[in-house]
Amino acid sequence: MAKIKFNQDKCKGCELCTTVCPKDIVVIDDEINTKGFHPATVSDEDECIACGFCASICPDVVIEIFK
Amino acid sequence: MEQIAGRPNALTDKEFHYCPGCTHGIVHRLVAEVIDELGVQEEAIGVAPVGCAVLAYEYFDVDMHEAAHGRAPAVATGVKRVHPDKVVFTYQGDGDFASIGTAESVHAASRGEEITAIFINNAIYGMTGGQMAPTTLEGQKTTTSPYGRDVDHAGHPIKMSEMLATLEGAAYVARVSVDSPKNIKKAKKAIKKAFEVQLAGEGFALVEVLSTCPTNWGLSPLEAIDWLQENMLPYYPLGEIKSKEEDK
Repeated sequence: MAKIKFNQDKCKGCELCTTVCPKDIVVIDDEINTKGFHPATVSDEDECIACGFCASICPDVVIEIFK
Repeated sequence: MEQIAGRPNALTDKEFHYCPGCTHGIVHRLVAEVIDELGVQEEAIGVAPVGCAVLAYEYFDVDMHEAAHGRAPAVATGVKRVHPDKVVFTYQGDGDFASIGTAESVHAASRGEEITAIFINNAIYGMTGGQMAPTTLEGQKTTTSPYGRDVDHAGHPIKMSEMLATLEGAAYVARVSVDSPKNIKKAKKAIKKAFEVQLAGEGFALVEVLSTCPTNWGLSPLEAIDWLQENMLPYYPLGEIKSKEEDK
């Protein structure tokens, strides 16, 4: 099972990660982070297959993935 | 558990100052991952440009040197000649590498300096507020080409990679893009090869990276990715333009 962690306070809400997830589980959070952006998060971590696509396109190294 | 994505060692903990969705951060991470994988963090010396990436020395956890605008390949030449055992790279934008620094770029490549140049092409001047760059596409609107780039007046966009590939001293030239996970993987492969070419002492290595500038293009980060794919990819074809392995 994969574990995925978003360091949300570093996220600038650019949404690039939300378009590349093959499982469509990377979404924008309703909460606002300390920068004032809606950060990305994962809606259903159990679905994550640790493909790494979201982390690869993240410009701010927000995402950590463990398998 | 095995970590498959995260912050590479060759990046400091400092957060990037880049705008949301700016692909500089992706390329910074790829360069740092390659430095990690090649195990050259202690040997690496980077040369930072003038442009949005002027603060690159704060982000790469390797020895860094700042250069005057466009002069990074000249500074890197000096560093490499004094320290031939070090791994020397420049990180430059199109205003730096393809405009004010064209002479330095061309002649460093011509001399076959054993350095690796990472060249970010986002078709616009980012830091100064979105003026027309040498790489700005025909018809592209910028603050200094408000009706779109007129090639009769401003000339055609420069294809730096194709131009430099004609030089004997250029050992490896590739153009990549960071618009999708697939292309990001290819970009990393090319960057790694460009460092390996230097380690093998083969000559000048260049990787041109097609990037976005959502802020100055006046688009959202997602629209900017689409714009890159629709407009930049047809004019700036991807792939290895020169590789010594191919010649053999």
